[in-house]
Amino acid sequence: MRNLNAMGLVRHRLFWPLAALIALLVANTIRTTSFLNIRVQDGHLYGALIDILRNSSPLILVELGMTLVIATRGIDLSVGAVVAISGALACSFLASAPNPNSIGTVLVACGIALALSLVLGVWNGFLVSVLGIQPIIATLVLMTAGRGIAMLITSGQITMIHSTPFKTIGSGFWFGLPAAVLIAGAVFAVVATVTRRTALGMLIESVGINPQASRLAGVQSRSIIWIVYAAAGVFAGVAGLMISSNIMAADANNAGLFIELDAILAVVIGGTSLAGGKFSLSGTLVGAFIIQTLTLTVTILGIPPAVTPLFKAIVVIAVCLLQAPIVRSRLAVRRPARPVPVEVAA
Amino acid sequence: MAIDQLAGRTPVKAAVTSLRRRVRLDRRHLPVVGTLVVLALIFAIGGNRYENFLSGRVFSNLFINNSHLIVLAVGMTFVILTGGIDLSVGAVLALSSILSASLLQNNWPAFVVIPLAILVGTLLGLLVGVMIHVFEIQPFIATLAAMFLARGLCYVISLNSIPIDNPTIVWLSSTRYPIGDSWVVTPSGIIALGVVAVGFYVLHYTRFGRTVYAIGGGEQSAILMGLPVARTKVLVYVISGTCAGIGGILFSVFSRSGYSLTGVGMELDAIAAVVIGGTLLTGGSGFVLGSLLGVLVLGTIQTIITFEGTLSSWWTKIVIGALLLVFVVLQRAIAARRR
Repeated sequence: MRNLNAMGLVRHRLFWPLAALIALLVANTIRTTSFLNIRVQDGHLYGALIDILRNSSPLILVELGMTLVIATRGIDLSVGAVVAISGALACSFLASAPNPNSIGTVLVACGIALALSLVLGVWNGFLVSVLGIQPIIATLVLMTAGRGIAMLITSGQITMIHSTPFKTIGSGFWFGLPAAVLIAGAVFAVVATVTRRTALGMLIESVGINPQASRLAGVQSRSIIWIVYAAAGVFAGVAGLMISSNIMAADANNAGLFIELDAILAVVIGGTSLAGGKFSLSGTLVGAFIIQTLTLTVTILGIPPAVTPLFKAIVVIAVCLLQAPIVRSRLAVRRPARPVPVEVAA
Repeated sequence: MAIDQLAGRTPVKAAVTSLRRRVRLDRRHLPVVGTLVVLALIFAIGGNRYENFLSGRVFSNLFINNSHLIVLAVGMTFVILTGGIDLSVGAVLALSSILSASLLQNNWPAFVVIPLAILVGTLLGLLVGVMIHVFEIQPFIATLAAMFLARGLCYVISLNSIPIDNPTIVWLSSTRYPIGDSWVVTPSGIIALGVVAVGFYVLHYTRFGRTVYAIGGGEQSAILMGLPVARTKVLVYVISGTCAGIGGILFSVFSRSGYSLTGVGMELDAIAAVVIGGTLLTGGSGFVLGSLLGVLVLGTIQTIITFEGTLSSWWTKIVIGALLLVFVVLQRAIAARRR
């Protein structure tokens, strides 16, 4: 019975985000009838929907890590800085490499960028799990210092690079689909498999629901927290490679700016509570699509893109209000059988 | 380089400990004293390295350049003391700033514009407070939404920078009251210090302030004690929003213009200042004066990096990050010892 309730809850949680996404897509289709068209050109798929998929790839990557971190009652504000650092490192390496077009060089560049991202993730994990500093402030340290480090790497310049293999990551195509989409999809599949087909997902949720109890039950909460921050770092690193490859430059100031806020927003839109515990990877995916579709919609409607935050705010407030306990209990009057939620919001 | 020098302060700490034994310092004040020591240390480093660093001019400039941040930090202190967080202050500051610039451009009188711009901050704070209290949205998300809302509204008002030539603002911005030989005070500095004084009074000498500390110490206990928790929780965000509104006016005065991109990341500076000032992010412990010192620490680091000349601007971020780390770890150590 508990399971049934949980299922109903998940369905309910995803209902409004999905409705918002569909409403956005319908609005776009009414405005531009060719919006949903996907055409094939040189064996590659093109179209607004493909654009949404591709543009949301870095966000999805960052969000996957963020979802796991939030599920353990944490938060990672430093992902934007990690995005900038990873891009800066890869681009600086490629800019000074003798042969930036060789696949080997690009792999090494990506490798060291991801290794540094992992180190940064592990550092966050150390602060949170070993020193026991609150996640917001622990990751705020790297968020503040990180952009400085990225600028240190690029010496404050925007490092332009020319490297065909590196360009593939952000704007190339594999099997007719954008490479970025495939990478994000693969990471999503791996995370979904690991968290949902093994016990890891449950352990993460148990740490988020009650760290004390799960520790007493023998869950290695410290290493689990460490793992999720490390994963968030690596995923942000991949996103950083994507973003810098998309513009073929490292912009320490603007790469991944506010991506942490977008990611947190998307996670919340997707129905994962910031209080930790249950997380929904599919909800996270929907959240990323909503944010990206919204951005595209604003552009299509001819509104200055700078105004996008206003619409984001409206969507967040709407979705949050619809998920608020007081509104949900009003909406749930029709189904009196629903039990009163036991957990009081923190 | 600056980090090394900051790290090597163990003897100073020992001195502080012995001093505390002698003067019987309250343990609650320890973090603030730590901030004061760091500030003194940074000044010592600056004075040692550069001529003219230890001058009234440098110190006066700290208040001129950071008056808006001081006001933001005061509001943020209230919020953090209750265990919340306000991410919207930077964007609200920008909104208040560009709104005032835009209205002044349309020849609205300053005595209408200034209260109106502050009121916008108050209203946004009220919105956040209601979202947090009535709809039980986490402070992080509610203020994030408010941040996007305010930033979006900025762009709706204007995408370009609007210069301000209103005589009142010009007067506020160019007036200097000299004190002694090299010290000056500006109206903005006086307003900022006034806000600090009001914040200090409200926190320590009113029931409201006591409730703020009580909520941070334990919300459940505060409710059981019959304190007006709901009202107080909404009010702290109203205060923070109002402070952001005032900060916006001060920033307009400082830059004599309004621009929708001002204050990006300023909420982080404010949070960093509050944390460096010794306020615990879990709430319940901290002082407005500490936050003032925190802002001065940030400002002095900025000044040193400007004085250094060869150090690039990004070192500011790295040093602030490192300092934040040191303080957080220190807080953690103090909290652990207390247990």
